[in-house]
Amino acid sequence: MIPSIPQPLGFRTAYGAYVALFFFYLILPLVVVATFAFNDSMFPSLPWGGFTLDWFFNDTEPRMGLFHDGRLLESIWTSFYIACWVTVLSVSVGVTNAFLFERRSFPFKNVLYMVMLLPLVIPGVILGISILVFSSTIANGMENNFGIDLEFLRPSTFLVVMGQFSFIATITTLIIAARLRKFDTTLEEAAQSLGASKLTAVWTITIPYLKPAIIGAAIVAFLMSFENFNTTLMLVGSDQPLTIAMYGRLREGSTPELNALSLLLMTASGGLALLSIFVQRDRK
Amino acid sequence: MNIQTASRLSLLLLLAPLGLWLVVLIVLPHVDMFLISLHEKTAPRVFEYGTANYTEFFTEPLYWRTFTRTAVMSIMATTLTLLIGFPVSYYIAKMLRGRLKSFLFLLCLVPFWVSELVRTFGWMILLRESGVISNVLQWVGIAQGPVEMLYNDATIMIGLVYTSMLFMVVPLVSTLDSLDDSLVEAGYDLGGNAFTVLRRIIIPHAMPGIVSGCIVVFMLTLGNYLTPVLLGGKNSLWFTEMIYTQFITRFNWELGAAFGFLLLVLSSLIVWSGLKLSRQTLTETMG
Repeated sequence: MIPSIPQPLGFRTAYGAYVALFFFYLILPLVVVATFAFNDSMFPSLPWGGFTLDWFFNDTEPRMGLFHDGRLLESIWTSFYIACWVTVLSVSVGVTNAFLFERRSFPFKNVLYMVMLLPLVIPGVILGISILVFSSTIANGMENNFGIDLEFLRPSTFLVVMGQFSFIATITTLIIAARLRKFDTTLEEAAQSLGASKLTAVWTITIPYLKPAIIGAAIVAFLMSFENFNTTLMLVGSDQPLTIAMYGRLREGSTPELNALSLLLMTASGGLALLSIFVQRDRK
Repeated sequence: MNIQTASRLSLLLLLAPLGLWLVVLIVLPHVDMFLISLHEKTAPRVFEYGTANYTEFFTEPLYWRTFTRTAVMSIMATTLTLLIGFPVSYYIAKMLRGRLKSFLFLLCLVPFWVSELVRTFGWMILLRESGVISNVLQWVGIAQGPVEMLYNDATIMIGLVYTSMLFMVVPLVSTLDSLDDSLVEAGYDLGGNAFTVLRRIIIPHAMPGIVSGCIVVFMLTLGNYLTPVLLGGKNSLWFTEMIYTQFITRFNWELGAAFGFLLLVLSSLIVWSGLKLSRQTLTETMG
């Protein structure tokens, strides 16, 4: 079953057809979503009513276009704001963790490394509710004992950032640590023997070396945060991020405006994905 | 400041963010969730410790049946994803070379950078009563009237397999890629046929990929919320939805916490036994 071993033509054709069918299955829903963004009809379904750009640019109800829909634009902003915070936090913690696990040895290192991996195997909904429960416990405790009302510990944007950070930090750590592992430490030693302090050496030699991984991790973190639903659902406050707002519209029944939004998201995340692959490609 | 104290200090500085993150956001919340799940309400705002919430779970058929159903369907979805994804991964890893290979591999990845919401939306447009497939069927003449294909278990399964595919294909392609062609050739030279080569050489070699793929897919499916709720509608009976209902709609956090803890136990148990069966560790599989 490798090219060097001949197989009957029938088998090869069938195998090829199966793989083609698989890719058809993979692409079909996305193509359909994108196509109906241009349908001149109130519903994203057949019959095809002709081509229109109303679902992007129209500014009157009932055919409100995406770029004039204040509520959706606001939720895009909320998601963007959350994603920026999550990215900054998880990349910073990712860098310190990478140095900790790749460069230092300390007691219980392996145990700690395993605990660090755990957020990946905890379902997102559970991460969400456990943080919700814990922050409420603290908030209630503060209110009952000291009379202080800590508003940000109730479902809010702050909690959403914390919830998403709690598992995205593991992913950024893994990406950055993988690159740090390949770094030749003699380069740092050379810098130090030429008179640089340890910090200067790390800052001028190691961090630039890590840059592709840091940018890659930042893109991954941003996208994962922007698209997260499960954890966010449990922690969301009054400002709805995009996924939550979209989910609400989907359940109400939707106009092709949602298709237009989806197409926008696909283009943006597809572009970012390609960028991250491009950045992380090693120039060996 | 001598070198030893400096090294100590920097170690502590590096440990601080990790410790804060893991203790405040992972360990303490889960301990607290467990404690809350042991609360019994005796009067408004008065609680005592007990196992009433767990007893309620086991005595109310709706709860434990949904739980079992979610687990069984997740196992089915994982198996299906493996069966569908394996031949494709093998094709990409071993049958193709060069440009086409990296292109198809990228093509596998790109849909999954798109939000799960968008993907599920695509399936809804395809499968609903006024949807694309229903119209095509009528046009071809197979169906007489509109066909509703949403809101049943098969649809949930299609959506779950679709959503999980990436997490199966990526580890499979990377393990299969490292399989040396000459091993397969040797298998044939020694008189093996396609089936024995698959069973004795390819699958054992791909085992680490199969295990890590299955673990991730199972866990994601078990914890999935969007796909079952949107594609299954009111019939979905998915356990995460039940947790959401207890927390947000019914405001019964004690029972919801117990549900959450049970789901966590189930998912950890399956991940753990998957690792044990294949003699791997979490660090090797994920790291």
